[in-house]
Amino acid sequence: MTIRFRKTKNQRVSESANQRISEPQSRQIAESLHRRIAESLNRRIADSLNRRIFLWLPASLFLGFLFFYPLARILGLSLNVESFTEGNIRIAFSTLRFTFYQAFLSTLLTLLLGLPAAYLFARFEFRGKSLLRTLTAIPFMLPTVVVAAGFNALLGPRGWLNLALMRWFRLEDPPLLLVGTLGAILMAHVFYNTTIVIRLVGNAQTHLDPRLEQAARCLGASPRRVFWNVTLPLVRPSILAAALLVFLFDFTSFGVILLLGGSQFTTLEVEIYIQALHLLNLPLAALLSLIQLLCTLAFSIIYSRVVVRNVVSAAPRPAQVNLRRAKKFPERIFKAGMTVLLVTFFVFPLIAIPMRSVSRLEAARAERGEVQSGLTAAYYQELFINRQGSIFYIPPIRAVVNSLAYAGLTVVLSLALAFPVAMALKRPGSLERFLDPFLMLPLGASAVTLGLGFIISFGRMLTSPLMVPLAHTLIALPFVIRTLQPALASIPDRLRQAATVLGASPLRAWFAVDWPIVARATLSGAVFAFTVSLGEFGATMLVSRPEFPTIPMAIYRFLSQPGGLNYGQAMAMATILMFLTILSILLIERLRLPGTGEF
Amino acid sequence: MLEVENIHKSYEGAPLLQGISFTIHPGETICLLGASGSGKSTLLRIIAGLEEPEMGEIRWKGENLVGTPAHQRNFGLMFQDYALFPHLSVAANVAFGLKMQSIPGSEIRHRVAESLDQVNLSSLSGRRVTDLSGGEQQRVALARTLAPRPRLLMFDEPLGALDRTLREQLMAELRLILHDSGVPAIYVTHDQEEAFALADKILLIHDGKITQQGTPAEVTGHPASAWAARFLGLGNVLDGIVRPDGRVETAAGVLDPACGHGHAAGQSVSLLIRPGSARLGEGQDCLVSRVKDVVFQKEYYRVTLENGVYIHLPMEVTVGQDVRVSFAEVECLPEDK
Repeated sequence: MTIRFRKTKNQRVSESANQRISEPQSRQIAESLHRRIAESLNRRIADSLNRRIFLWLPASLFLGFLFFYPLARILGLSLNVESFTEGNIRIAFSTLRFTFYQAFLSTLLTLLLGLPAAYLFARFEFRGKSLLRTLTAIPFMLPTVVVAAGFNALLGPRGWLNLALMRWFRLEDPPLLLVGTLGAILMAHVFYNTTIVIRLVGNAQTHLDPRLEQAARCLGASPRRVFWNVTLPLVRPSILAAALLVFLFDFTSFGVILLLGGSQFTTLEVEIYIQALHLLNLPLAALLSLIQLLCTLAFSIIYSRVVVRNVVSAAPRPAQVNLRRAKKFPERIFKAGMTVLLVTFFVFPLIAIPMRSVSRLEAARAERGEVQSGLTAAYYQELFINRQGSIFYIPPIRAVVNSLAYAGLTVVLSLALAFPVAMALKRPGSLERFLDPFLMLPLGASAVTLGLGFIISFGRMLTSPLMVPLAHTLIALPFVIRTLQPALASIPDRLRQAATVLGASPLRAWFAVDWPIVARATLSGAVFAFTVSLGEFGATMLVSRPEFPTIPMAIYRFLSQPGGLNYGQAMAMATILMFLTILSILLIERLRLPGTGEF
Repeated sequence: MLEVENIHKSYEGAPLLQGISFTIHPGETICLLGASGSGKSTLLRIIAGLEEPEMGEIRWKGENLVGTPAHQRNFGLMFQDYALFPHLSVAANVAFGLKMQSIPGSEIRHRVAESLDQVNLSSLSGRRVTDLSGGEQQRVALARTLAPRPRLLMFDEPLGALDRTLREQLMAELRLILHDSGVPAIYVTHDQEEAFALADKILLIHDGKITQQGTPAEVTGHPASAWAARFLGLGNVLDGIVRPDGRVETAAGVLDPACGHGHAAGQSVSLLIRPGSARLGEGQDCLVSRVKDVVFQKEYYRVTLENGVYIHLPMEVTVGQDVRVSFAEVECLPEDK
């Protein structure tokens, strides 16, 4: 119908143009035509602007109310005379110093392991390589509590290493007191972030044109000089970028420090939590949050500068060119050594948890001193029992139910908020370009800061368990938008037009072209939100109600209580969380791979 | 000067080079000409010291170089896509080889300027190499290769990525530079025009062996095999069988090649008919066919006949016309080894 109508209108215009008319008349017609076109154009722009504003409204309201307003409250509170007391400043200064100190050490150690590993992955081809690479990438996606539990299960007072030593040497007490030291924190940070170095630096090395090094050799450069004059300068920006990113993650680390560091080590994040929740010194907490935000902002700016420089100098090559098998003796020693080191470092903390969760390795509650060992399902059974005098007033398995419920709500909320935004971002106008950076800002604020904002702004409403999924949505939203947006933008209009021309009705064309992409992106975003919510620890610690614990909170509480039973239950919970998370990661990976599944 | 002897090399289990031997004399430019994948680049990399041969020797004035690392050979190699250092400026790229020789700074500046002048790039010395056009990058790569004054120059398809006009212009410049420098050079290409323009001697590589070597005129005048004639595009290569009367039966017709080989009857041979040797009308070697296609090519018409033979004629014929074509000479090619 519309097509036919337009045709007749066009015909009419062309007919009138064909008629010979006097000049002033034709000018009049041309003017009125222009005016009409301009009007309809304006109307369309106005329409689309209205539509766009409408699309932006939910997310803007959500962020405004739950992120920007709390942020403003934090700012207001921190820039107050009463927050700048001598004691506060002293605490802030020493906390900041330790935060920098541990982040610096962690980054250094991460580079120490990551750079040789990156070289291994970038230069050599060997069996099990992709498996090893996946293995090193797993920790980065695991919840902090799981990583902390893993190191505890391996090196803690009730961990495998200490139990083994106690048995072999017939000791009364665990000989290695690693948990609660700076060493444990550093190890967990290295465990977490090595994959960043492997990814960024390894990529840069893989895509380095091997002929640049060969050209240098033909020009008379010895292997050592090739490395210093060609390889290193070309890879340096990626090393810098990786180091900065690792530093940023270590700087804002919360769960690892809280669970593995013990009370004597407080970073900005941990101190915010302690001041806000335990000492109720909100002005100091706000001040620390402000410092934290400023530091993060500074690192982000430096990082984006480094990344920009990184992009310029790259002359990418297909990856296979650089790969070869290790042939010479030193190369083979390097390959074997690195592989063993990586496998040991990355496998043991991960398998320690599930294995510890099904092994009874110490005296049970009633039979003090008598060591029973063997496989047991007792820790899992215990999760379903509401014991008198236990640390929960409910069966601990309820934490799993709570977590799943929160995660489900987070999925629904974040999808509902992200979808309109992703639609609006499909064809970004000036409004989109202006608003887009604001969407990503919550990424820059730490989870604990978000939680603190909630406490300061909505202190009274914290009794509602709904605050948890709201906080989780705040954290997940940027990820979900970034998952949906490229997928929606990738849907080619021409395909839909082709389907229409081939005779598909608009609805069928949408189902044939858009639906497969939209469905996949939605599922991927949903799993993302689900995973984020499941493992979230920092914000949850601040906003959740003790009677509605989540899995990470349950693990934290079990770990901080004495007794083998509590410890075993912590391991059982951590195992559940770990497998749920790994399952989600695998699902996301599957959804992301092109050509798999129905398309 | 440079002696390459019996080089063997395999790639992923399949033999790539099977006993390559040749010698370069002072001031000589030789071209390795072969199809892509024939191993000519690998040979160059072996001479440069970037790869090890499985067997054979590379000798420079009698001294065996196998085992000498690339950076101690003082051979210049120019890569296909130039491999300029993206983190260095034009001048720093050219200076790289000089720095490796620990030449004092003032001398380096002087020689960089000289090299850039040689390739007409003096005005670009401070620029980033990533900002240059393809032709400019090519010149920088050339200057970088020349600056350390290597005792041997090697070029790995250096003009491959450039468009035709630029290629011809750079080919002419390269010819002059090679001539002036007097340094022996090895030039690898799959483009015969480049090879003919630059080489004192051409080596044809096929199936991992050198199938023919000689001056451009020798190679085109007397192709050593049917493969060589086909690869150089010299004309129609026809497979035929010798008849009892000594003439050769091919798919296109019966021909009488001028050759003193003394073939036995029933033997299969390959014949070469150069398109320029064709004439319309009766003659000793005569084919009758119908015209299938006529293409105007400035100096002549390229006429394709229905029997598959193509010829060059000075006058136009019409498609579908029956013609009788005779040839001044039909060559008999030595057998493929």
